Amino acid sequence: MKPPPFAYHDPRTLDEAIALLAGLPNARPLAGGQSMMPMLNMRFAQPDHLVDLNRITGLETVEVEPDGTLAIGAMARQRDLERHPAVARSCPMMVEALGQVGHRQTRNRGTIGGSLCHLDPAAELPLVAAASDAVVVAAGPKGRREATFADFARGFMTPGLDPDEVLVAVRLPALPAGAGCCFLEFARRHGDFAIVAVAVTLVPDAAGRIALARIALGGVGPVPLRLPEAEAALRGAAPGADAFGQAAATTRHLDPMEDALVPAWYRRHLAGVLLGRALATAAGRMGRA
Amino acid sequence: MNVVGKSVARLEDPPLLRGQGAFAADISFPRQLHMRVVRAEVAHALLVSVDVAAALDAPGVVAVWTGEDVAAIPPIPFRATKLKGLEPYCQPILARGRVRYVGEPVAVVFAEDAALAEDAADLVMMELEELPALLDAAAPPGNFDTTHATEPAVVRKGYGAVETTLAGAHVVLELDLYIGRHSGVPLETRGAIARHDAATDTLELHGTAKKQHWNRDEIARLLGRPPSSVHLFEGHVGGGFGVRGELYPEDLLVCLAALRLGRPVKWIEDRREHLIATNHSREQRHRIRAAVDAEGRILSIENTFFHDQGAYVRTHGARVADMSAGLLLGPYRVPAYRVTGHFRLTNKTPAATYRAPGRFEGSFVRERLMDAIAARCGIDRIEVRRRNFVTAAEMPYTRPLDALGTDVVLDSGDYALLLDKALARFGWTARQEEVARRRAAGEAVGLGLGVFVEKSGLGPSDGVRMSVDASGTVELVTGAASVGQGVETALAQIAADALGVDYRRVRVVRGRTDRIEFGSGAHASRVTVMSGSATHLAGLALRERALETAATLLQAPREVLRIEQGVVRRSDLPDGPTLPIGEVARALAPGMPLARGQATPGLTTESWFHSDHMAYPYGVHLAQVALDRGTGKVSVEHYLVAYDVGRAVNPMMVEGQIAGGFAQGLGGALYEEFRYDERGQPLCTTLADYLIPTIAEMPPLDILVTEDAPSPLNPLGVKGAGEGGTNAVGAAIASAVDDALGGRGLVTRLPITPREVLRMLGEIEA
Repeated sequence: MKPPPFAYHDPRTLDEAIALLAGLPNARPLAGGQSMMPMLNMRFAQPDHLVDLNRITGLETVEVEPDGTLAIGAMARQRDLERHPAVARSCPMMVEALGQVGHRQTRNRGTIGGSLCHLDPAAELPLVAAASDAVVVAAGPKGRREATFADFARGFMTPGLDPDEVLVAVRLPALPAGAGCCFLEFARRHGDFAIVAVAVTLVPDAAGRIALARIALGGVGPVPLRLPEAEAALRGAAPGADAFGQAAATTRHLDPMEDALVPAWYRRHLAGVLLGRALATAAGRMGRA
Repeated sequence: MNVVGKSVARLEDPPLLRGQGAFAADISFPRQLHMRVVRAEVAHALLVSVDVAAALDAPGVVAVWTGEDVAAIPPIPFRATKLKGLEPYCQPILARGRVRYVGEPVAVVFAEDAALAEDAADLVMMELEELPALLDAAAPPGNFDTTHATEPAVVRKGYGAVETTLAGAHVVLELDLYIGRHSGVPLETRGAIARHDAATDTLELHGTAKKQHWNRDEIARLLGRPPSSVHLFEGHVGGGFGVRGELYPEDLLVCLAALRLGRPVKWIEDRREHLIATNHSREQRHRIRAAVDAEGRILSIENTFFHDQGAYVRTHGARVADMSAGLLLGPYRVPAYRVTGHFRLTNKTPAATYRAPGRFEGSFVRERLMDAIAARCGIDRIEVRRRNFVTAAEMPYTRPLDALGTDVVLDSGDYALLLDKALARFGWTARQEEVARRRAAGEAVGLGLGVFVEKSGLGPSDGVRMSVDASGTVELVTGAASVGQGVETALAQIAADALGVDYRRVRVVRGRTDRIEFGSGAHASRVTVMSGSATHLAGLALRERALETAATLLQAPREVLRIEQGVVRRSDLPDGPTLPIGEVARALAPGMPLARGQATPGLTTESWFHSDHMAYPYGVHLAQVALDRGTGKVSVEHYLVAYDVGRAVNPMMVEGQIAGGFAQGLGGALYEEFRYDERGQPLCTTLADYLIPTIAEMPPLDILVTEDAPSPLNPLGVKGAGEGGTNAVGAAIASAVDDALGGRGLVTRLPITPREVLRMLGEIEA
C-alpha cells in the first residue's frame, strides 16, 4: 500500500493549477484526499502527476447570493459545511447528509468538490446535489462554465470534466418557502457508503398539498437517480400514507446495480422502504407555502 | 495495603498516551532493506513458473526470491498435538508447484525502500494453470496434492452410549448450524524486522508478539542455528486476539534475508495483506443432534462438524477443531456424547485461533440447541438451562473428555447462581413485559441468552525471575508477553502484594528471549493464572529472604518484621528502626558478608508454578434486540455480560477485556465475514468491506464481574478474563433475534445479516 511513483505539484493559484493539468500528461487533481489517497495507496489510481489544490485560496467560500442561491466553493471542507449557519438555513438536507459522510476525522479534510468529482454512486453529497437541482461551476483554460448536476454526473464515477478542468463551485438554488427536506440512508455501519440513500424535498402549496417533490436515490444506479414518476405522482397530492405509498411503489420498477456483496433485490427493497420513510419525515418538516 | 482486587491505573499507559510507544513499524535499523511479498491472486493453481527478471532490474532492488531460492527451509511447523499426519499440510514459506489461496506468498522483493519494493513486486510475473477452488469444507474432500486429500484429520471424542438414549428419548432434535469465517483484526498489522549482528553472530527479530520463545526455538531450528544465537523482541503490540505473533512465512523470510543479504530487513504488512494473509478463524458447520426427556433434560448429544481450516495447517495444528469438540458441552450435564470433527482444508486463507477459539462457535451451537429444546418441550428458555446445569455441589466436575491435551475437569463454579444474578441485573422479567407490550404494538423485539464455560490458565509450567535492586525497585522478568491487555500492571499488582512494595515500583520485563530462557507468551487466557501464580510465589520467596536478611541487619526477631511499601518495619515497635528493601538488596550483593553462603547473591529469586489442569471461568450473556421490518437491521438495545473470574486482580482491566471482547463478538454475530466468490476470490479485502463494528455500533453494555468461584488450582484463585466477553455474543444475539422472530429456530447462521433478517421476517420473497 505504497503509491506508485508520481510527481507532486502544489500550485498557489487556480490558473497555475489549470495550466499544470493542461500541460502535464496523466495528471489528476488532489482535493481533500479522503478517496484519492487510498486509491493511490492501493494503486487503483496511477497518475503520473498529482496537482494539489489545497494551497489555492478562495475556493472554500460559502455565500448566499441575492436570489437565495447557496454558492459553495469546491474546496470547502465537509466539516465546515456541516457547522455552517448558511448551509443549515439554505440546505438543511446537506447538514443531515453530512452527518453520515464518513467520520468526523475524514470530514475535517474531505471537501464537497472532491466528493462530487469522485462521484461514488452511493455517496451522500452527489445525492444532495442531484436532489437540489444543483449547478456546478468548472474552470479550465477557456474560462468558466456552468453545468447542471445531471449533466455533470455522466456515468459511474465519471464527472463531466475535461482533464484540464477543475471543479470550483457548486450552486444550490434557494428552497421554495415551506419546503420540507429529508436525507435518509441505510448502511451496515455508521459512516460507511450507503447501500441505498434517499434525498427528498417536498414543497407545499397554499392549501397544504404538495406543490412540488424532488426525489433522488443513491446506491441504486451508476449516478444519483431522480425519480420523475414518483415526483409526478406526488404533485398535487395530499401528504399522507396513500400518496407516499404510491410514490414509494414506483421503486419496484427500478433495476438497481448488483455487486458481489449486495444483490439488486435488496437495493430495490431498501429504495422503497427508505423513500416511504423519507417522504413522511419531509412532509412533517413542511411549513407554510 | 493490598492492590490485588483494586482498579489501579495501568502502568502501560503513559508511553501509549503520549505517543511514545514502540510498535513494529517504529523499529528501524541503519542500512535496512524493505521486503515486499508477491502473493497469489488465484485461489488454486499449478504454479508453472515465476519470472523475476524485470523486478530484479527495477530501481533499488537488491534481491528477489521465489520458492526455489528457499527450498532448503522446511515448512512452518505446528505446536504439540496428539493428532498424527498433519505434517504434509504445513505451509512452505514461499509457494512451490502450487498455490492454494489468494494471498499465499509466492515471491519476495528486497529493496532500498518500501515503495520501490512494491513497484518491483508489480513486475514479478507468474505463469499459472488454474484449478477448481474448493470452498466448502462440508463438501466431499478434494486433493491437496497428488497423494493427500484435503482432510488432514478427523477429531473424535465422546463417552457414554449415545445410541441407547435415542430409543428412550422424548424427542430427538437435529440442527444444522453455520458460523461464518471471520477473525481478529488488530489495529496494528503484523510486522517483522530482522537483523544479524555479525560481531556476536546473533540473529534478532523485532516486532514479535505472543509466543517469543517457541517461535525463537523454531526459527533457530528451521535456519539451522543454536537457539541461544537467536533472540526475539516484543515492543508494544496493537492487538493480538490470537492472530498476531504466530510464526508466519514472513517471519522466516526476513530472518533468512538478514542472514543472506547482510543487512537488516523490515517488513510491515499492509491492511489488504492482513485481511488475506493473517490467520482467519471460526468457519464451521455443525450438524448436532440431541436426545432429551419430556422435562427437557439432555440424554445425549451427537455432533458432526466441518472445520474450514483454509489452505494449510498452521502453527495451531488442529487445535481449534479439538477445542470445539472437547469444550462444546459448556455448563451442562450430558450423560452421553459423541463428536466427530472433520478438519478440512479449502482454498481460502489458513485459519487458526481467534479470541475464544472453538468456544464462540461451540456456544452458538450449544445455546441454539438449548433454545430449540426449550421450544420443543414447551419449557421456558431459562428453566431448561437450569435443569441441565452441572451444579455447584458437583464441583470439581470431571468430563470423560480432553481438550488441549488435558482432561476437562471443571474446577469450580455455580452456574445457576450467576444466571440468577445476571437475570436480576439485566431486569429480565421487566424486559419480558416490555417486549410483550411492544410486540403487541407491532414491533419485532426479543430477548436472548447464552450461558457458557470458558477455559483459561493452560499449563503446564511458568516461571519468573524477580530481583530487587539497590534503589528498592523490583524487576520482574517473565516469559509472558503483552498484547496490550495489561500484563505489566496485573503482574506488578501481584508482585507488590506478595513482596510488600508499591506496584508502581515493579518493572515488568516481558516478551524478550534475551532476558529469560523460558516462557509461554500470552495466549489462551493463561498469563494471570500461570505467570501470575509464579509471580506470587516469587514475591513470597523474596519477602522471606528479605525478612531473614533484615532480621540479621536490624538484630530483630524475624517474626516481628514485616515489609510495607518497600520498607522493613518492626510490627511491635511502630517507631522502631526501619530498613528499605534496597538496603537489604545491597547487603546481599556479591562480595558482601551476608551473601557468602547464599546459592545466589542478591535479593533475587526464580519461582515456578505448575498446573496440570485448566481453570474454567463461566459466564452469562443477555441481549435485547429490535428488528427493523423495513431494512432488516438488528439493533442491540441492551446487553449484559456477567462473568465469574474467580478473583479479579484489576476489575477495571477485567471490564476492559470484556468490553473489547464483546465488540469482537458483536462483529462475528452481526457484521464481520470473510466472503469469497465462486472462484475463491476474497471479497472483503479492505475495512470498507470487512465490517468491524465501530464505537457507533456499540450498544449499551453492562458488565457484571463476580468472584463466587475462585479456582482451587492456583494460590490466587484467579481464572483468565480475556475471552468471556467474546464467547457467547453470537449465541445470545442469535437467541434474541430468534425470539424477536417468534422463537421458531429460524436463526441458524452467523453473522446475522439484515437481508437474512428480512427473509426470516417474511418481508421479502427469498
